[in-house]
Amino acid sequence: METQDILAACRPSARQQALRRAKNRVLACVMGMSAVVVMLPLFLVLYFLIKEGASSIDFHFFTQLPKPAGEVGGGMANGIVGSLVLLAMAAALGVPIGVMGGVYLAEYGSDRANTLVRFLADVLNGVPSIVWGMVVYAMLVVPFKTFSAYAGGVALGLMMIPLVMRTTEEVLLLVPQSYREAGLALGIARWKIITVIVIKTALKGIITGILVALARVAGETAPLLFTALGNNFWSHNLSQPIAALPLQIFQYSISPYDDWHRQAWAGALVLMLLILGINLFVRLLSRDKSAS
Amino acid sequence: MPEASIEPPPTATRPAVPTAEPKSPAPEESPAFDIRGFSLWYGARQALNDVTIKIPARRVTAIIGPSGCGKSTFLRALNRMHEVTPGTRIEGSLRLFGDDLYGAGVDPASVRRRVGMVFQKSNPFPTMSIEENVLVGLRLNGVRDRGFLRQRLEESLRLSALWEEVKDHLRRPGVSLSGGQQQRLCIARALAVQPEVLLMDEPCSALDPIATARIEELIQLLREKFTVVIVTHNMQQAARSSDKTAFFYLGRLIEFGETRNLFTSPSNPQTEAYVSGRFG
Repeated sequence: METQDILAACRPSARQQALRRAKNRVLACVMGMSAVVVMLPLFLVLYFLIKEGASSIDFHFFTQLPKPAGEVGGGMANGIVGSLVLLAMAAALGVPIGVMGGVYLAEYGSDRANTLVRFLADVLNGVPSIVWGMVVYAMLVVPFKTFSAYAGGVALGLMMIPLVMRTTEEVLLLVPQSYREAGLALGIARWKIITVIVIKTALKGIITGILVALARVAGETAPLLFTALGNNFWSHNLSQPIAALPLQIFQYSISPYDDWHRQAWAGALVLMLLILGINLFVRLLSRDKSAS
Repeated sequence: MPEASIEPPPTATRPAVPTAEPKSPAPEESPAFDIRGFSLWYGARQALNDVTIKIPARRVTAIIGPSGCGKSTFLRALNRMHEVTPGTRIEGSLRLFGDDLYGAGVDPASVRRRVGMVFQKSNPFPTMSIEENVLVGLRLNGVRDRGFLRQRLEESLRLSALWEEVKDHLRRPGVSLSGGQQQRLCIARALAVQPEVLLMDEPCSALDPIATARIEELIQLLREKFTVVIVTHNMQQAARSSDKTAFFYLGRLIEFGETRNLFTSPSNPQTEAYVSGRFG
C-alpha cells in the first residue's frame, strides 16, 4: 500500500511526460543525423569514384601498361601488380616483427617496459607517412643511390609494425588467463602454451589486425614517393623503382591529359574497392568468431 | 591416531607410483606432501603463515575456510602455480614423496606434471576438440606414439566418467559440452599426463547440484589411484567427499584431522565456530 502511494506521488504529470517525449525525440533526431554525417563522406567518395572512374575501367585497365602521354588507352596493370608486390614485402617485414612484439607485450614484458613500448608504438602510429618516406629515403635510397621496390616495401612495412603490434597485443590480452593457467598446470612449457594455445585462440583477431594494417598502408602514397618512385613498365628487379597504384593515381591526376585523369579516377576506384574488399573480409572473419 | 596403511594395488598401471623409499621403516604410510613451516608472501602481504601439514597419499583431503583465508593460495603453492603472480616469496619446505618441490634447479613445469590441477571454472581450450583437449598435455610434452595417446585418451576419459558420453564424438569442440561435462573434460585433461596428485580448486562452484554430485562421485573413484586435494566453500561437500579436512583461517592452519572428527568434535573453538556456521 505504502509503496504504491510513494510511486503515485513520484509519477510525472501528463505535461512532464509530453516534455520528456519531445526531448527524447529531438535528441534521437540529432544523434541520428550525426550518424548520417559520419557515413556521408564514404558515400560521397564512392559516388564520385564510380561516376568518374567506372566508365574507364575495362579489361585493358587490368592487363595493359600505361600508354605514352597523348595516346589513348592503356592500363595500370603494372601499378596493380606493383602495389601487391610492395604489400607483400611490407607484410614480410611488418607482420613477423609486429606479431612478435605484440606477443612480447602481452605475455612477457614487465609493466614498466610495456608502458614505454606501448607509448612509443602509439607515437610511431602517429608519425606522418611522408616522414616514413623521408627516413627510408635517407636509410636505403641515398646509400644505394637508387630508388627501389625494397625501399618502398620497407617504408610500408615499418608503418605496419606498430599497428600490428598493438592489435596483436590487444587480442592476446583478450584470451582469458585461465587458459594459460590450465596449460601451465599441465606442465607445458610457457612458449608452447603461448604458440599453440594462446596465439591459436586469438588467431582470427591477429589476422584481422594484419589485414587492417595492410588496408591502411595499401593506399599510402607519400612514403612511396621517396622510395619506390614508380615507373611505367613491368618491374623485373626489386632493387629498381617499381610502380604502385597510389603513385600512378598521383602522377596521372596532376598531369594535363584528360585520358590520364580518367584513368586516375579508375585507379582510385580500384584502390578503394581493394581496401573495401579487405575490410569486408575482415568483417566476415570477425563475424565467424562471434558465431562459434 | 595412526592411519591405516593403504598399499598401492599391485596391479597399478601407472609407472609413476610414489617411489620415496622410507629411510627407516615408518609405522604409517609416508605422506604425499610433507610441508613444514611453510609461509608465503604476495609482495609485502603474507598469505600463508607457518603451515605445517602432512597430506596423506591416496586420500581426499579437503581444505576449508572463509574467503581470503589462504586456502586457494595454499593449493596453488602445492604445484607452484602461485608463481604466475609476480612478486611472491616463500619460506619453509614443501616435499612431495620426499622430493623438495622448491629445491634449487627444480623446474616448475616438472612439478606441475606430477601435481595436476583443476580450476574453479572449467576451461577447455576453445580451439581444440574433446580428444585434443585431453591429449594436449601429452602432445605438448613431446609424446608422439599414437597407440599410447589413444590408450591415454580412453583411460583418462573413463577415469573422469566421461567416456560413455563422448566416445562417439571425440572430434567435437570441447566447449560444445555442458558445464559439468566440461569440468570432467578438464579433469580428464589433468589426468592424461598421469600426475601423482590432483588439486581441485572449488571444482563444483560453477555447477548445478546434479553435475556437482557427478563430480563428487568421481572424486570417490579417483582416490583409489590419486592423492586428491580439494578446496571447497561448501562444507557439506567437504564432509561428504573427503577423508581428511584442513581448516585454514587468516593464513594459518588452524586444525587438521579426520573429516568426521573435525566436523563433529573439532578441538579448536575457531574450527567449531566455522563448521557450525557462526562465521565465514
